[in-house]
Amino acid sequence: MSYTITATTFLIASALFDLFGTKIGLLRRRAFWSSYAIILPFQLLTNWWLTSRNIVMYRSGAITGLRIASAPVEDLLFGFALVLSVLTLWVRVGKRP
Amino acid sequence: MGKWGYVGMLTFTVMGSFWLEIAFKVQVLRRIRRAAVAILPIAALFLIWDALAIAHHDWYFDPNQILGIIGPFHIPLEEYLFFLVVPLAAIMTIEAVRRVKPHWRIGDES
Repeated sequence: MSYTITATTFLIASALFDLFGTKIGLLRRRAFWSSYAIILPFQLLTNWWLTSRNIVMYRSGAITGLRIASAPVEDLLFGFALVLSVLTLWVRVGKRP
Repeated sequence: MGKWGYVGMLTFTVMGSFWLEIAFKVQVLRRIRRAAVAILPIAALFLIWDALAIAHHDWYFDPNQILGIIGPFHIPLEEYLFFLVVPLAAIMTIEAVRRVKPHWRIGDES
């Protein structure tokens, strides 16, 4: 379950980075959740593409085995952490001092 | 698709997001320096994770469905591109949302 553990760690770290590290707080904003609602179907679709065609494969011991649209559930956590941390930094960099 | 299988997913992501640059004038590519400062440190962290996971064989790639160009740390070219293309698409999405809903603050407004 190394993928499960790392994905969860990155997810928590991205939330802490957003809420406390930068104090940007995208997790409390409608614009972020609306954006993620748009991104999510594409995330599911592209994860499905990569996993159902076996472009990317996983060692069974690295994942829980729980799958959504063919992709390990860990992929969803990983994608959310990536999107949240990049958007948090995007806002942080754009903030006028 | 053959060896273009993974590249196909990246192309789809680019096509699905970059039109926002024109249609919604999100001006993300015009602010490419700000985008780079936001994306590169995060991409680096995720690529370190990628490198370790590949080394542990947590995940692996079908050699017949990638171009076969392997970069540093045994990471295929497509993975490097993934961590540029997906973050750009996410930034374009939130910028398009705020074009439609200008009163929804995201925190960088002056």
